[in-house]
Amino acid sequence: MSISRQFTRGLRVLTRRRAADQDLADEVEHYLEQTTAAHIARGLSPEQARRAAQLEIGNATVVREQVRAYGWENAVDGSIADLRYAARRLRRNPGFTAVSVLTLALGIGASTAIFSAVNPILFEPLPYPHADRLVTVWDHGSEDAPLAITFGSYRELTARTRSFEGLAVASSWQPTLSSDARPERLDGQRVSASYFRTLGVLPAIGRDFDAADDRPSGPNMVILSDALWRGRFGGDSTIVGRAITLDDARYTVVGVMPRGFESVPGSSADAWTLLQYASSLPSEGPEWGHNLRMIGRLRPGVSIDQAMRDFDAVARYPVPEFARPPWAAMRKPLSVTSLQSDVTRSVKPALLAVMGAVLLLLVIACVNVTNLLLARGAQRRGELAMRAALGAERARLVRQLLTETLMIAVIGGALGVLVAELGVRALVALAPPELPRVAAVGVNGATLAFALVASTIVGLSIGLAPALQATRSDLRAALSTGSRRAAGSHHASRGTLVVAEVALALVLMVSAGLLLRSLERLFAIDPGFTPSHILTMRLEATGRVYENDSATYLYFQEVLDAVRRVPGVTSAAFTSQLPLSGDGDTYGAHFESSPTGRNESAVFRYAVTPGYFETMGIALVRGRALATTDRAVAPLALVINESFAKRKFPGRNPLGQRLHLGPDRGPWYTIVGVVRDVKQLSLAVSEADAAYIPTDQSWFADRVLSLVARTRGDPGALAPAIENAVWSVDKNQPIARVATMDDVVATSAAQRRFALVAFEAFALAALALAAVGIYGVLSGSVSERVRELGVRLALGASPRDVVRLVMRQGMALTVTGVVLGLLGAAAASRALITLLFGISRLDPATYFSVVGLLVGVAAAACGVPAWRAARVEPSVTLRAE
Amino acid sequence: MDKPGTDVIPGTLDLLILKTLSLEPMHGFGIARRVEQVSRGVFKVNAGSLLVALQRLERAGWLDAEWRTSENSRRAKYYSLTRAGRKQFEAEAADWKRRAGAVARLLSAEG
Repeated sequence: MSISRQFTRGLRVLTRRRAADQDLADEVEHYLEQTTAAHIARGLSPEQARRAAQLEIGNATVVREQVRAYGWENAVDGSIADLRYAARRLRRNPGFTAVSVLTLALGIGASTAIFSAVNPILFEPLPYPHADRLVTVWDHGSEDAPLAITFGSYRELTARTRSFEGLAVASSWQPTLSSDARPERLDGQRVSASYFRTLGVLPAIGRDFDAADDRPSGPNMVILSDALWRGRFGGDSTIVGRAITLDDARYTVVGVMPRGFESVPGSSADAWTLLQYASSLPSEGPEWGHNLRMIGRLRPGVSIDQAMRDFDAVARYPVPEFARPPWAAMRKPLSVTSLQSDVTRSVKPALLAVMGAVLLLLVIACVNVTNLLLARGAQRRGELAMRAALGAERARLVRQLLTETLMIAVIGGALGVLVAELGVRALVALAPPELPRVAAVGVNGATLAFALVASTIVGLSIGLAPALQATRSDLRAALSTGSRRAAGSHHASRGTLVVAEVALALVLMVSAGLLLRSLERLFAIDPGFTPSHILTMRLEATGRVYENDSATYLYFQEVLDAVRRVPGVTSAAFTSQLPLSGDGDTYGAHFESSPTGRNESAVFRYAVTPGYFETMGIALVRGRALATTDRAVAPLALVINESFAKRKFPGRNPLGQRLHLGPDRGPWYTIVGVVRDVKQLSLAVSEADAAYIPTDQSWFADRVLSLVARTRGDPGALAPAIENAVWSVDKNQPIARVATMDDVVATSAAQRRFALVAFEAFALAALALAAVGIYGVLSGSVSERVRELGVRLALGASPRDVVRLVMRQGMALTVTGVVLGLLGAAAASRALITLLFGISRLDPATYFSVVGLLVGVAAAACGVPAWRAARVEPSVTLRAE
Repeated sequence: MDKPGTDVIPGTLDLLILKTLSLEPMHGFGIARRVEQVSRGVFKVNAGSLLVALQRLERAGWLDAEWRTSENSRRAKYYSLTRAGRKQFEAEAADWKRRAGAVARLLSAEG
């Protein structure tokens, strides 16, 4: 009862403030009258009685205030008054308000944008029930590199381990969907029947896969993503049970996944079908290839360590029912990592570095606004002293000032959300291709909460120091002496803030500089081919027609002829792997006579058509290139790369040597030539072994090949003509990954570039803020020292001396900041190490040039106030006193 | 009556108000005068404290307040005890008597 009474009475007072005040005044007045009447009754004259009553009761206003101060509504009332007052003050200083709000909007907006990207990727659990129990499992190759799991190992682990509620495997699958429209290549996965159950998300429409159908020559079944279902099938729920055509075969749709289902382990997938491997595990089949991604759901309460021990026990004691071939013997312990960390591992360093950078920027923005507030606090001391003299408590004044800064921060935060909205779009556009969960990046509830919390913390932290300083107890002194003399001490703190700002800006600038130079170094690396003027696209021979190998060869040959006829194309060729595109297929190699005495386990296999080296601009080192004469019936020819040749045949001629590539009992290839090294996986990784064979002479027919076409003009402009040439041969074949080779190279460094662009933007903003900070402090100090400067000039100092005086003050702050910043940058660069390439994190050239830039900008920021100081008119200033 | 009164014992103002109002509804000044008279001028009630206390007791649900015309035909705010207020008064009065009795025993104890 009393709480509701508290609330309703308070609310009544709030909504009818005037009436409530009137009632209170009436009550006090009545009290006064009654007291007076009592005194009159005791024989005093009305006047004396009134005075006695007033003496007894005290000041009626104070009594009213005493009563008014009671109740929660009074606090609300005070805050509303504070807000009104703050709004009025901010409106009256539009310049200050605009600068502070925009500075904070920039800082909060940038941090919010980065947070909205980092939060779903690094911090939020993956979008599955009990996602903390999901793990990925990797096998290990010869050099401890993670290796995909074989189906055989999956079968054995499923049967023999107890730690998991479910294990599932998946491999990538790119079927071509044919319908009335153009053929479309889908991203999808082949999965074991347990896949969706293990993730814990079942189809929204239709049903999950059935284990009984997961067998060789089982029925063709497909589950669709919500996006594909809506986009291509109009969201028609009768789709379940109907058949669609994928790769020229009929697949029955058994289900549609719920909206928003993310196939995190397989990045973006729109269709899933069953793996349908043979549980009899024939040793020649794909069942023993390291080609599956394995995920597991731990039983509740089972730790990752326990799961690893469980795996170890299985791996160490083979049983006859699961005989393992030597390459899948699980001799090294399997590694189990949480799915979340596995998914985010590759992008974590860049994201954390960018997050750190943006927080630095936010701090700089706050420091800048604090500086402005301190300057204004000096101007407001008179006003505050007056209010204190009139009886305002210090806490009340601090609250008032904090209300102002909070208001600035919240307006800044609101604008910041708009900045974040734009920033997120830019981020997604810039995002490196390996960035997981891009779909979840966006401005949402968590982002808004972050912006709100950030604004509040910012508002309090920027306001507290200036508020305490402005309301310090020597207010009375301020009132009597004016602001000039009281200004001295807060100069020290403003100077400190500028030093901090310069130091933080330098940290950001050095980081950006290091990243910039890394990227320059990276792109200065010779990829081994000439990327300019090359258009590439990935073609495929899908469908029943091409189950026949010779039809496939013929198809690609006809496409090549058609592309070569396109005007503007000077040469064209196919390769099974495109450098720097993410392709990376390796095979074992066995030399007939191996001088180093061992077989090679990871050799990049390129099945290419003659003319590939010429088209790509890959230089021949010795021997000959692959030629049109190296056809299926001719002796098998093979070209290796330079570092492979040097390593394998040091000081000997590799030409004429023979080797198996791939299967041990495969045919012998004879080395006919050596070419320059080509960067395959990344510009930063060197020394890979490579072997080139003619597509006609491969031991299997590649059905996915990348076309490379060298053009005379802009390669991008020829894309439509080349696509039409491809479709002129077979209009049902999909074309994917159309890009110029220049773009492919640029994209290969996307993660570094992403970090670089973010750092560059933040560093520039930080530099601008630091310059504004230096300028603000110096110009404030010049205005306060006008009299002193006037005296100096009057006593014979030259304007040059005055300029030097002011510049020295500014540069002293800058240099202190630079020294601290250098220490900070040296420490912070440690966090960047994984993103750097080809330079030391302490690269002197970078540090020097960044310091030079910063000092130059700082000098310019000092220059304006110095120039103004030199123009002080001594007679005017002296007379003004 | 001309002896200068002292302020009420801290913490007892609520009890004094509740007791006074348990007899009849009254306005603020009436309460103050009644307390002074009954205490024979020992206690003097401060107007500000009294009005704040009335506000608080009303919010707590122990008092009701209404505007009435007073004996000299002025508008005055009359306070009366609610049912909860009466219960509260009885509890506080019992508690006070117990403690005051204890203090009195301690003071009168010999040697």
